[in-house]
Amino acid sequence: MSGWLSARAVTVVVLLAALALLPVYVELGGSRFLLTLFTRIIILAMAAVSLNLILGFGGMMSFGHAVYLGIGGYAVGMLAHEGIYSGFVQWPVALAASALFALVIGALSLRTRGVYFIMLTLAFAQMAYYVVAGLARYGGDDGLTIYKRSQFFEPINLSNKTQFYYICLALLYASIYLVWRIVNSRFGMVIQGSRSNDTRMRAIGFPTFRYKLTCFVIAGVLCGLAGALLANHTDFVSPAMMYWTRSGDLIIMVVLGGMGSVVGPVFGAIALLVLEETLSGITEYWQIILGPLLLLVVLFARGGIDGLLRKVRYA
Amino acid sequence: MPDLLQVENLAKRFGGIVATDDLSIAIPEGQLHAVIGPNGAGKTTLIAQLSGQLTPDSGHIQFAGSDITALPMPARSALGLARSFQITSLFLDLSVLDNVALAVQAHAGHSFHFWRDARGQVELRDPARAALARVGLTARENLPASALSHGEHRQLELAMALASKPRMLLLDEPMAGLGPEESARMVAMLRELKKELTILLVEHDMEAVFALADRITVLVYGRVIASGKPEEIRNNAQVRDAYLGEQEAVHG
Amino acid sequence: MTLFIEQCLNGLQFGLLLFMLAAGLTLVFGIMDLVNLAHGSLYMIGAYFAATLTAWTGSFLLGVAMALVGTLFVGMVLEVVVMRRLYGRDHLDHVLATFGLILFFDETVRLIWGPAGLSLPLPSWLNAPVQILPGVYYSAYKLSIIIVSLAVAAGLYFLVMRTRVGMLIRAGASNREMVGALGVNIKLLYTLVFGLGAALAGLAGLMQAPILTVQIGMGEIIIILAFVITVIGGIGSIRGAFVAAIFVGLVDTLGRAFFPDLLRMVLSPAAASTAAPALSSMLIYLLMAIVLVLKPEGLFSAGNK
Repeated sequence: MSGWLSARAVTVVVLLAALALLPVYVELGGSRFLLTLFTRIIILAMAAVSLNLILGFGGMMSFGHAVYLGIGGYAVGMLAHEGIYSGFVQWPVALAASALFALVIGALSLRTRGVYFIMLTLAFAQMAYYVVAGLARYGGDDGLTIYKRSQFFEPINLSNKTQFYYICLALLYASIYLVWRIVNSRFGMVIQGSRSNDTRMRAIGFPTFRYKLTCFVIAGVLCGLAGALLANHTDFVSPAMMYWTRSGDLIIMVVLGGMGSVVGPVFGAIALLVLEETLSGITEYWQIILGPLLLLVVLFARGGIDGLLRKVRYA
Repeated sequence: MPDLLQVENLAKRFGGIVATDDLSIAIPEGQLHAVIGPNGAGKTTLIAQLSGQLTPDSGHIQFAGSDITALPMPARSALGLARSFQITSLFLDLSVLDNVALAVQAHAGHSFHFWRDARGQVELRDPARAALARVGLTARENLPASALSHGEHRQLELAMALASKPRMLLLDEPMAGLGPEESARMVAMLRELKKELTILLVEHDMEAVFALADRITVLVYGRVIASGKPEEIRNNAQVRDAYLGEQEAVHG
Repeated sequence: MTLFIEQCLNGLQFGLLLFMLAAGLTLVFGIMDLVNLAHGSLYMIGAYFAATLTAWTGSFLLGVAMALVGTLFVGMVLEVVVMRRLYGRDHLDHVLATFGLILFFDETVRLIWGPAGLSLPLPSWLNAPVQILPGVYYSAYKLSIIIVSLAVAAGLYFLVMRTRVGMLIRAGASNREMVGALGVNIKLLYTLVFGLGAALAGLAGLMQAPILTVQIGMGEIIIILAFVITVIGGIGSIRGAFVAAIFVGLVDTLGRAFFPDLLRMVLSPAAASTAAPALSSMLIYLLMAIVLVLKPEGLFSAGNK
């Protein structure tokens, strides 16, 4: 077993500390753009952490997870459009809507396996996409601008970039901790067992469906929260948030970072988005590199970044 | 005293193939009942129907006084009917101890507990360790299940079946693929278990069957051609022709 | 009434187009157990090749023929270089790897042809309307799509049902290991099957090019529909794909054409115009969800493990 000073443990600690200190660096003269970029990375990392709960630990290959980003985001956006700016109303609505959707989608999809499950989750996400794109009142295809961020009591001000960054970071840390506790609990054992061998789980006495559904809902709610944050970050929501390729991006983050590890998705989100930034600086056709890179990761580095870190041993 | 397991006129077809044909068996508590027969006789299909993995086309299954014919798998396990699998069906990416602990957890109430670390809970770990000790796998408890040899997988299978504290065990070829030494160990273990459990044993290994069984049922093409005490079966001409004859030819 | 007939023909035409796309997908999935998201990229490549080659040669037919060959070639190269390494792996690996291929193809196309998309004008002899029934006219080109598609479907049926290769394909769809055990040159079979699927995708792409679109991202839009059809029809079943595709094509086209009017009968005009486009798009997914809930293996499952 790797001890406290394993390469992986050190990397995780350094990373989490660096994220916490980023705004300080920006205050001291670093580029303000970094703050914006990393706020986005943190929010998407949270979405990826939620996906990893069902994908990495639960073995449920959902290709429609981005739908919750959209649901959470549109809850905030629609309410703001109607003049309701209070975060105490918007955010619970975002979470409740995500929970409801996850409950329905999960109840219908979790009865199937493999590619059928993938297609059902994808189909439901596309349905939501088309419904929202058809709502002319809320911007339809063009999306909806949010003129005022979620309001809480003083002194919380989401328009303050540094404050918003720390709120997002705190929520990310909380999500990681929550997922870590869930995964190692009795509930988490059932989820992991179902991933490993669902038939055996049922043979030894677990009605696995209800546990998987619960897990699915938890992941949806967490992602819905990320969606609410994203809406505040971009001051804008559009149906594109839910398009199936966005779900693909989330899956890339999870796999790139390393599935089956709670922090893995954070590595993945950082890696993907930083890669996107740096590569697009080099060439506007950077996805020509990303595509084959993904292919190579799948073929040769399946454990992702986390897997590579676990292999590093001190001499 | 009513039998613990009563199977009446069980039937199952797959398209044109009759897997189970008007099958009836009664097993009283405490008996070790062996089911033998050539390949394709429907032995695994029988276990699948008894454990709930398959639904019979017709017929009834009664366990401990209740009709379980339509009961789903998890519920049968809760009633005390446990099974082992012929083809290794373990949680290969989890540790050996985790495997057995899951079997314990299945009978320790619901699992909607999201916070406490499951691996630190003695009420799960202790019974798991006890089951592993029964089958002799204590030394391997922290290894991933995939690291175990085939024989050790069969032992783990048994440990998991035991961890749920069943009243009756459905064992599907526990000796499959075991060498002479491991087989002898398994027979000894089963002989011990016989004292506290009712067992339905599906096996090809005739030595083990005749060493352990209180009663034997012979299955050919899904139907019972003979059922009785081991000596009766051994001397039954029909059975010899259909099955034992070829077994002796194989084993010389 | 004429409108209804026209919409039915449109639905048939759309359905047949979808069938060609779905047929390749279901073949590859059924025989090689490969989930290929990049199938839509081959569809896009067919359209781009056709647009470029017809402009270059000046002849519609020649350009189209060359585009077909080109797509077939790209497909087979793809199989040898990439797909071979994916066989036998987890479906998640397939999804990720082929997703990476989508990114690659989209960007490559953008690099070569630019972001704006192309157009493929029809030659005049295909542009005229044809009288199919007294008083009912239909586009000659759309009619030719229907005819060509039906011919391809018939050819596919003949290939799968009546030739040795087809027998291997059907056997492979229901039991992969057996075909390998029979000593058939599996590698070659797989390359050919994949190539066939690619050609079908390319054909669908180039056929719709003059009337719909030639742009980046067209693959991503249509691949979902193709998967939906594959799933409804049952994975590995070409017959299932045919039935499902026609059905989906008709439901989608007729739905979009007549559903708004139907809605207006029950809802206020404002509500109807809000709900109609959203609900029409949703129809197909709703259909798939219903089919899967009722029959989780699809309508005509080939019985694959």
